[in-house]
Amino acid sequence: MADKYDIILSGVGGQGVLSVAAVISIAAMKDGYTLRQSEVHGMSQRGGAVLAHMRISKTTIASDLIPKGSADVVLSMEPMESLRYVDFLKPVGRLISAAAPYENIPNYPDLDGIHEKINNLKSSRIIDAKALAKEAGTMKAVNMVMVGALSAELDIRKESIIEAVQEKFGSKGEKIIKANLAAFELGRKSNSKKADGDNK
Amino acid sequence: MSEILVLGDEALALGAIDAGLAIAYGYPGTPSTEILEYIQRYTKKNESEIIARWCTNEKTAYEGAVGVSYAGKKSLVTMKHVGLNVAADAFMNSALIEINGGLVLAVADDPGMHSSQNEQDSRYFADFARIMCFEPRNHQEAYDMTIEAFQVSELFHIPVMLKIVTRLSHSRSVITRKESLPITDLGTAQDKLKWMSLPALSRENWKVLLKQQTEFEKYSVDSGFNKLTINKAYKKIGVITTGIGSNYYLENLEDMTHKPSHLHLGVYPVPVELVKKLAENVDSLIVIEEGYPFVEKMLNGIINEAMPVHGKLDGTLPAYGELDPDNVRTAIGLDPRETQGSNSSDLPGRPPQLCAGCPHTDSFHALNVALENYDSSIVTGDIGCYALGALPPHSALDALLCMGASIGMARGASEAGRKQVVANIGDGTFLHSGVTPLIDAASTNTNMTLIIMDNSTTAMTGMQDTIMTSPMIKNIVLACGVNPEHLKELKVLPKNHDENTRIIKEEIDYEGLSVIITLRECIHVVGKIRGEIK
Repeated sequence: MADKYDIILSGVGGQGVLSVAAVISIAAMKDGYTLRQSEVHGMSQRGGAVLAHMRISKTTIASDLIPKGSADVVLSMEPMESLRYVDFLKPVGRLISAAAPYENIPNYPDLDGIHEKINNLKSSRIIDAKALAKEAGTMKAVNMVMVGALSAELDIRKESIIEAVQEKFGSKGEKIIKANLAAFELGRKSNSKKADGDNK
Repeated sequence: MSEILVLGDEALALGAIDAGLAIAYGYPGTPSTEILEYIQRYTKKNESEIIARWCTNEKTAYEGAVGVSYAGKKSLVTMKHVGLNVAADAFMNSALIEINGGLVLAVADDPGMHSSQNEQDSRYFADFARIMCFEPRNHQEAYDMTIEAFQVSELFHIPVMLKIVTRLSHSRSVITRKESLPITDLGTAQDKLKWMSLPALSRENWKVLLKQQTEFEKYSVDSGFNKLTINKAYKKIGVITTGIGSNYYLENLEDMTHKPSHLHLGVYPVPVELVKKLAENVDSLIVIEEGYPFVEKMLNGIINEAMPVHGKLDGTLPAYGELDPDNVRTAIGLDPRETQGSNSSDLPGRPPQLCAGCPHTDSFHALNVALENYDSSIVTGDIGCYALGALPPHSALDALLCMGASIGMARGASEAGRKQVVANIGDGTFLHSGVTPLIDAASTNTNMTLIIMDNSTTAMTGMQDTIMTSPMIKNIVLACGVNPEHLKELKVLPKNHDENTRIIKEEIDYEGLSVIITLRECIHVVGKIRGEIK
């Protein structure tokens, strides 16, 4: 049980990185954490690489940015993007990435090679977030699958995250909330300590 | 008293609201945009009487704010750092008039140029105008300082700058909100001599402002935001931090064996007395400031010349880009933290690009085809999403300077004898500062083609409404003196590509001024999503 988590969130503009940050922020606050969450707006959101720093703690946080070697988790919506931030990880930190590539550049590298690099890290997990989102009922919920996967790493009450998802999607109707909650549950299960294929 | 999760920009906005703000004006620009957006949402949700409006550009916004002050109410004006260049005429002269209702200029700098064309440090502008500046380092300070900035503005009768940077603007944290003060009306300013920028009057008002400098400095010395901590047991080095530079220093402090004496600055002018006191207690100094080495350069005239000073000037910290916990760590002599591994060095970059289905894509495609048989054509670009037309696959632009410059630069290049000169500008930027250079070009019927890419929104900064709707732009172009026969409107859809290309080429070949308005709404306009205030 830690009283402080540093989390790097990465992906491509439009993949919902900031929604992941919003849900975790709301939940962390419910559980009495203070937080700093740094994000990018403007030009970089136009299909470019997106990086958000999320720090939650029971005590004061000085810097909005996470120092290199301090992140407990790198959570990425996209596998290649995750590899840009390995140096943020603590020696015992964990990298969690969605499996599917977002190919909006002409020179996207070989995907097997990318997956292999992720699997070779000390602690990592690749999640087929697309399939799980589909199972949950909406392809738009890939990011909530990743929230679920991240939540398995944090000492934040599950009920707080469920409430945060409900608040975040409250205006979009029962069906959307239900699908996002299902996506969250599937993601959480996929990163449980008992799940297959873990290289921990 | 209530706790609330906000962006740094929103903390500043709430500070203004709770200080008794009457009117906020601004022009959108990353990373400042969310300040005014928050006030607009707040006003709507709470049915507040506060007025919050986007203006044509930063100068008109600033002038409006000065008018509010003249009338006796509190005003906030928001912009990004380069926007202050546009507002500079009004800003510099407003320092010489006797501010009535509090006037706070919130300006957001973008060190590292995340979404900007330079990283100029607005503290120089505050110093240039000889006014006071507040520089928050966290959300609570952004809130508290804004409230105080309004009080200082009314106390000293000066405009006050609130300088924020990207990493605070776009970081979220929790603030404690105080009781909201009501909007006050001090009544219209009565002393005309203090409110007219005429040479004879300005000479007197300038003397008054210069005389006030000692009061400003005393305020800085006494301010709780400027904090000096002396450690008499450790003299080797003293630390000066400004703005968010202090956050990165404090992040690393626990790993330092000795805790150095430390002066943090958040209120300017620089409190010389505090700097001297720090210097008396240490053998050398390191200056950690986000932005230019503003304080570091100033030290020369304050401390003993022989004292070693480390910072951005001697390369202890990088001279450009942002500070971060890691480069500050190195600068204060600590070893880097251990990490799990290094990043893959062979990953391709992923630069931003125009969205799939963006109307600008069709405009650039048509323009490129129209120009394909000319090998010396020139295309000038402008500031907005469409600046991404400079990148592959379009690679359509040759030069790009600042808001509105596409038109003036095209005119100059054409008058210098170049042919097939095309200027490229969006509807928002055209209204911001493209109209006046178009009048120049029309006055001489300069041989150039202006393409106004009208997507009916200010897209790059998050879909703010433009100040004027699409049908009016045509009227403005004609009123500038453009020949109606050479004003063309094109609907940019893939199916119209051949026809559009033909018309663009025809107008480029015409020896005189042509204006082509390419029309199609931004794909995000319809589905724009707004966050609700909690």
